[in-house]
Amino acid sequence: MKIVVLGAGQVGSTVAHSLSTEENDITIVDTNPRRLKELQDRLDIRGVLGYASHPKVLVRAGIEDADLIIALTNSDEVNMTACQVAYSLFNTPTRIARIRSSEYLERPGLFSREHCPVDVLISPETLIVEYISRLIEYPGALQVLDFADGRAQLVATQAYAGGPLVGKRLHTLAEHLPAGADARVAAIYRQDKTIIPDGGTVIEENDTVFFLAARKHIRTVMKELRPMDRPVNRIVLAGGGNIGSNLARKLERQHHVKIIERDPDIAEIIAQDLEKAIVLIGDCADEELLREEAIDAADVYCVLTNDDEANILSSMLAKKMGAKKVIALINRPSYVDLVESGSIDIAVSPQQVTIGALLTHIRRGNMVRVHSLRRGAAEAIEAIAIGDRRSSRVVGRSVEDIDLPAGTTIPAIVRGEDVIIAHHDTVIEAGDHVLLFVPDKRQIAAIERLFQVSATFM
Amino acid sequence: MGFAGVQRIIGFLIAGSSLMMLPPVVVSWWYHDGTANLFLICSALMLLTGVLVYLPVRNAFRELRLRDGFLVVVSSWLVLVLVGALPFVLLVSPHISYVDAVFESMSGLTTTGATILTHIDDLPHAVLYYRQQLQWLGGMGIIVLAVAILPILRIGGMQLYRAEMPGPMKDSKLTPRITETAKALWLIYVGITIACALAYWLGGMSLFDAVGHSFSTVAIGGFSTHDASLAYWDSPTLEVIAMTFMAIAGINFSLHFLAWRRATMQPYFLDPELKVYASLLFLFSVLVSMALFLNGTYETLADSFRHGAFQVISAMTTTGFTTAPFAEWAGFMPTFLIFIAFIGGCASSTAGGMKVIRVILLYRQSAREIRRLIHPNAVIVVRVGGQKTSDAVMDAVWGFFFLYIACFAITTLLLTATGLDPVTAYSAAAASLTNLGPALGDASANYAHLNDSSKIILSVAMLLGRLEIYTLLVLLSPAFWRA
Repeated sequence: MKIVVLGAGQVGSTVAHSLSTEENDITIVDTNPRRLKELQDRLDIRGVLGYASHPKVLVRAGIEDADLIIALTNSDEVNMTACQVAYSLFNTPTRIARIRSSEYLERPGLFSREHCPVDVLISPETLIVEYISRLIEYPGALQVLDFADGRAQLVATQAYAGGPLVGKRLHTLAEHLPAGADARVAAIYRQDKTIIPDGGTVIEENDTVFFLAARKHIRTVMKELRPMDRPVNRIVLAGGGNIGSNLARKLERQHHVKIIERDPDIAEIIAQDLEKAIVLIGDCADEELLREEAIDAADVYCVLTNDDEANILSSMLAKKMGAKKVIALINRPSYVDLVESGSIDIAVSPQQVTIGALLTHIRRGNMVRVHSLRRGAAEAIEAIAIGDRRSSRVVGRSVEDIDLPAGTTIPAIVRGEDVIIAHHDTVIEAGDHVLLFVPDKRQIAAIERLFQVSATFM
Repeated sequence: MGFAGVQRIIGFLIAGSSLMMLPPVVVSWWYHDGTANLFLICSALMLLTGVLVYLPVRNAFRELRLRDGFLVVVSSWLVLVLVGALPFVLLVSPHISYVDAVFESMSGLTTTGATILTHIDDLPHAVLYYRQQLQWLGGMGIIVLAVAILPILRIGGMQLYRAEMPGPMKDSKLTPRITETAKALWLIYVGITIACALAYWLGGMSLFDAVGHSFSTVAIGGFSTHDASLAYWDSPTLEVIAMTFMAIAGINFSLHFLAWRRATMQPYFLDPELKVYASLLFLFSVLVSMALFLNGTYETLADSFRHGAFQVISAMTTTGFTTAPFAEWAGFMPTFLIFIAFIGGCASSTAGGMKVIRVILLYRQSAREIRRLIHPNAVIVVRVGGQKTSDAVMDAVWGFFFLYIACFAITTLLLTATGLDPVTAYSAAAASLTNLGPALGDASANYAHLNDSSKIILSVAMLLGRLEIYTLLVLLSPAFWRA
C-alpha cells in the first residue's frame, strides 16, 4: 500500500515504523530536515521536506498514486486542509486525520465529504482518556481492549498466588466460573516468552494472562486469577493538559478525584470546568504536596504530563510514599519496558494506543478493530466474516477447519448482541465478528487474506 | 563493529558473483575459444570461497549501522576486484601477472577503461566479453544491484546505497523503499544498454561487438574489443551513436526515472545540472573542433568537428573511447581533454569525475565570496535550481574538492617517484582518479609498459575515484575503528 504520512512527530514516527515493516511504501512529510534524516536512516521510508498541506509538497511525496493519507501534524487545521487538498486535487481514496480539539470533534457534520473530507478522525487524547478510564474501572488489569463496541473485552492481567485458577490447568476454567459465564485465555506471557495456551496449560504466578470474555463476566474471570483489588475510589491525577482534564471530568462523578497542575492559569481554567474534582496548584514531584494530599490513601495515582522523565520520577515517588497503584504516561517506547518491570504498575504509551486505531483502517480483509499489543509485536483483531461458504475461507467452517497461521487463535466471536466463546466446533456464520489473537505480527498478511472474499463474490 | 554481519554479506556477494562467470562460459561455447573451463573453474572457486566465508557467520542477523555501510561497500569492492581478477590470472595465453590482472579487474569494475593488455583483437572472445561485462556491472554499482535483488540487504540498504552512489546529495530516494529505488535504477540501466546495443548493431557492428560496446558505453567505461577502440570501424554513424549514449549515461539517472515514470520529457528541461552539463559539452566541443581546424590537424571542418566532439564527450563523461590519437594533438588540447574529465558527468550517473553539480556549487560559492567582498553586509544564498543549498552540503562539497585535488597531487607525486615522467604521471593520475582511462605520454595507448608499483598506485586511485574519496578515506581514519 502506498501511504503518505504527514508529520514526523512521535505518533508520525511510530506509525511510519510500524507500517514500514509490513510491505508498505511509506513517505513521510515534515518541515524538520533533521528529524526526517534521522527517520530515513533508521527506516526504509522516504522523507519529503516541506509544508504538509501544500499541493506541491504532496505531489513530491507521491500523493497522486497514494492509497492513503494520514495527517498527524500537531495542527488540526493543517491536518484538515491536507485532507481537503488530497481529496479535491488528487482524489486520495482514504484520508485519516488527527483532530485534537473537541471544538471540531463535537461537530461530525463538518467532516462530511462535501465539506472537510476526512474519513477517519483520530484523537489520541480521547483514546487515551478512554484507555485509562477502562484501566481504572478494572483494578488489577494491565490492559483492557474493547471489541464489538465494548460487548467483548480482551483483558491483560498478572496472575497472583491466591487466585483460584493459578497453578491449575486451563480446562478447569469452566468449572471455576459460575453457570452462564465463559471466557477464553488467548495468550500467556511468561518472562517475555509467548505461550500459546491449550487445555493442559498451567497458569503460573506472575504470568501475564490475556483473556477474552463478555464485558459482564470480566470481573468474575479476573477473580480467578488474583485476589480482587478493592474498587477504586480515591484518584489523584497529575498534569492538567487535555488528557488530565478530560479524564478528571469523566471520573469525577463516581470517584473522588484530585488533579495537580503546575500552571496557575491552567489550573484556574480546569477548576472552572470541573464540578466536583479538586484542582491543586503545585509540582507533581513535590513530596510535601503529595504527602499533604494523602497520596498514601490514593487507590490510583496517574501522572499525565507531557514530560516522560517527570512522569516516571513522580510516579516512582508516589509509589514509594504508599500509593496503591501508579499509572504513568510514557511516550518513549524504550522507557516503557524499562519501568514496567520496576515500581510503576502500568506505563501507558500514547503511540501504541493510537496506532491500533490507525491500523484498523490500513488493514485489508474487513477489519473493524485492531489493537496493538506488546509494543507492536502482537495484535488483537476483530474482523467481519462476509460472503458464503464458496467465496469466503471462513464462513460456514468450524474454528478447527479454518486455516489459521501457527499461534493465532480465535478466542471468541460476536454474533449480534451475543459473545460466543469459540470452541473447536463452533461454526462461523456470515456477519459474525470474529476476534483473533495474533501473537506474531508477521502473520497479519495471512489473516488479511483469510478474511478477504474471493473475486467471484464481488 | 559488526564484523560478523559484514562478513556474512561479503560471503553472500562472492557466492552470488560466481554467477557473473557464467555468461562468458556461454560466449566461449558459442565461439569455441576453449576458455569455457577456465570460467567454470573461476565460478566454482568463487562459489566455494563465498560459501566458506558465509557459513561460519550465517546466523549473524544484525541491522547494519551507518558506519558498517562504509565497511561493507569498500570491502565488497576490494574483494570483488580480487576475485574478478581470477580469470586474468588463470589465463594461459597471454600470460598476465597478478598486478596486471588486478589492475585490469579494477579498471573494469571502476569503469575506468585503462588496460594493460596489448593485441586485444587476438584475445579469446570469452575474455573480451568478460572485460566488457566487468565494466557493465561496475557502472551502476554492484552494491546497488545487490540491494535490488538480495533480500538480506533490505535493512540497512540505504547506508550501502549512499556509500556507493556518486553525487553530493543522496538522501532523496526515488521511491519510498530502497529496494524499489535500486531496482528502478537497474531497470533503466538495462533499458538504456539494450537500446544502445541495438543501435550499434543496426549501425554496423557485429552482434558481439555491439553488446560489448554497449556495456562499456552505458557504464561509461571505455574498454573496447579492439586495440583501435572505436576507430576500428571508422564509421561516423557509430561515433554519433556512441556520443549520444555516452551523453545519456552521463545524465542523472533520477531524471531518466522521473521521465519514464511520468512519461514526459519535462524533468530533463527543468534540471539545472543537466543544463550546465549540456552547455559545457557543446561549448567544449566547439572549442576543441575549432582549435583542431585552425591548427590544421584536420583539413575539413567536418572532420575536425567529428573528432573534436567525440573526444570531448568521451573525455568529459570519463568514458575514454578514442577515435583519434588525441595525445598527439597539438597545443592545449591533450591537457584540456584530461582536465575536463575532472568535471565529469552528472550526479547519480555512471560517469566519473567530480560531477557537474559539485562544480556548479563550487563556482556559485566562489562567486558569493567575491560578491561578499564588495557588499560585506549582504546576505547571499547559494542556489541551485531556485533551491537554497544547505550549508552542510556546501561544506561537504568543499571538503570533497580539497580531498580530490589532494589525492590527485599525491598520486602524481608517487607516480613520479616510481620513475614515470611528469606528463605520464599527472595524466595517468588524473585518468585513474576521474575513471577516464587513457592518459598521455607512455600511457596514451595502454598501461602495459608502466612499472608494477605505479599500477598498484593507479588501482587505488581508481577505487578512490569510483567511491568518491570519502567512502574509502573514512576507513583510513582512526576514529572509524576506535568507536
